Amino acid sequence: MTSRINRTVLALGLALAATAVTGPLAGAARAAGASDTDQERAARWHEIATSIFGDRAITPTDSLVKIDAPVRALDAALVPITLTMPKDGQIKAVSLIIDDNPAPYAARFAFGPAADPAELKLRVRVNNYTDMHAVVETQDGKLYEAKQFVKASGGCSAPMGMSDEEAMKGMGDMRMKFADAQPGQPVEATLMVRHPNFSGMQMNQVTRDFTPARYIDKIVVSAGDQTVFTLTGDISISSNPVINFAFKPDGKPIQVAASDNQGGHWQHSFTPPSPTN
Amino acid sequence: MTASAVQPWKSVVAGRRTVSRRGALFGGLCLCCLPTLGRAAESFTMAEVGPGIFMRKGLIADATAENADAIANIGFVIGRDGVLVTESGGSLADGQWLRAEIAKRTPKPITHVVLTHVHPDHVFGAGAFVQDKPVFIGHAKLTEALSARGEFYRKRLSDLLGEDRTGPVVYPTMTVADTAEIDLGDRRLTFTAHGPAHTTSDLSMIDSGSGLLFPADLLFVNRIPSLDGSLKGWLKEAERLKAMGPARAVPGHGPVTVDLAPALADLTGYLTALRDGTRAAIAKDVSIEKAVDSVAKGQRDKWALFDTYNGRNVTVAYQELEWD
Repeated sequence: MTSRINRTVLALGLALAATAVTGPLAGAARAAGASDTDQERAARWHEIATSIFGDRAITPTDSLVKIDAPVRALDAALVPITLTMPKDGQIKAVSLIIDDNPAPYAARFAFGPAADPAELKLRVRVNNYTDMHAVVETQDGKLYEAKQFVKASGGCSAPMGMSDEEAMKGMGDMRMKFADAQPGQPVEATLMVRHPNFSGMQMNQVTRDFTPARYIDKIVVSAGDQTVFTLTGDISISSNPVINFAFKPDGKPIQVAASDNQGGHWQHSFTPPSPTN
Repeated sequence: MTASAVQPWKSVVAGRRTVSRRGALFGGLCLCCLPTLGRAAESFTMAEVGPGIFMRKGLIADATAENADAIANIGFVIGRDGVLVTESGGSLADGQWLRAEIAKRTPKPITHVVLTHVHPDHVFGAGAFVQDKPVFIGHAKLTEALSARGEFYRKRLSDLLGEDRTGPVVYPTMTVADTAEIDLGDRRLTFTAHGPAHTTSDLSMIDSGSGLLFPADLLFVNRIPSLDGSLKGWLKEAERLKAMGPARAVPGHGPVTVDLAPALADLTGYLTALRDGTRAAIAKDVSIEKAVDSVAKGQRDKWALFDTYNGRNVTVAYQELEWD
């Protein structure tokens, strides 16, 4: 897969949980899908995995990738996820799939030569009680999966706390924070992008319309001429995306190019700190 | 009677003998639900907290099918020319209960209903008053906020209570962008539209008859504040409430009246701990998922429902402050 995430998975016809995430109703109602059996979940995962990866074999792993997510989300519209991939040099790409989201294929990170994929953090929307899968592709082209169950509901359809207009203020602004650099060591960085990442499921009742989906579909991060990662994203990524990653510095600036599905395109350059001895 | 004189002896306890009638007033409910609703209603009292001002203390709990979302402090002000409802209730059922309580005390028409902000526990009672054709008063940003969230909240609440007890989303017919005044003949009510704080649509009110401030959810007492607007904005608006000068206030949650200064000090104590703790976490690159377990923990013993809401507040605060 080279361009954008295959949206045929949308056709799976998953039920939309109309449940709130804000205020005193939080966590009060039963989410759709909460009572599905393991068997039903496994069947759904098989269907999704086939639509994304075809008939390629996917082997369970507990060493190549691990997902850390809160078992019960505090805020379904912002569920922090950590992907740990300790085997340096073996990982080509990682995909995050939130099985019961309306568009399950949340993100795919393809790593370049400047990446250190040991740990990756991102924030996602979770619409339902769901299995989450991380699938890594190793350099030899094999696929491995890890799984985590998350309890949350309404994350995709949850209205934002502000108007669409306000939510779009400063769209495309970026920041990057760098952790202290040590000579010869990968540098940890946090990329922040201002973007509402409208899911297309947030309704405006005055217009009796849904705010059209407008989401970051691609972010390319490079260190000099070398790619750190290419992220292919979808509506499951929280508004104002924040991504923690690590890269191998070569003294050149970090370039970020982001685009969204409506033709928005933004580029920024950041200077990492010099290693301190 | 002075503004600060709470008169518990005037409290009217909803008695057992009226359970079935009041149960029926919850509207459209099946007989099987009567006992639980009756129990919820039985525990409610209306306290006269100022001359002609009656308040019901909301439950310190989250919405459940049994409590009909009766979790906010709701009540009414009786003026010479009519009645103003200070808060409508958390559901149609809760609003109908309040409307019946008003009818027990005055034959005057219900002329105004205040929608203090977008949250469901404060607006879904409004449906019970539509038949009275009152002026529904709200913040200038409330229409927009209800447009975005009203239907979402309604569905969620009706999953819990059923369609019949939930009621419609009611929009303001009079909006306040800055300040506004309502005259009930013998008393004036002054409204202030606040900047983003608890939510983006917070409206406060001062009654000239009693001097009482009605800050709605800009003031939580005992129950942990929930952040859904702007943390920095809330601290600013708290200062503004203080500067307004009233001695006593009717909080959105907690006791029906309190001394304003110490209650605001407790509130800002929590918000300041939340702000400073979150800022420190961001500065030290503590991730959001770790920050939710550590920030503002020193406030834990001071607030009911702390474990339910603090982590969420940290999440909201983190998103606001990380862009500073």
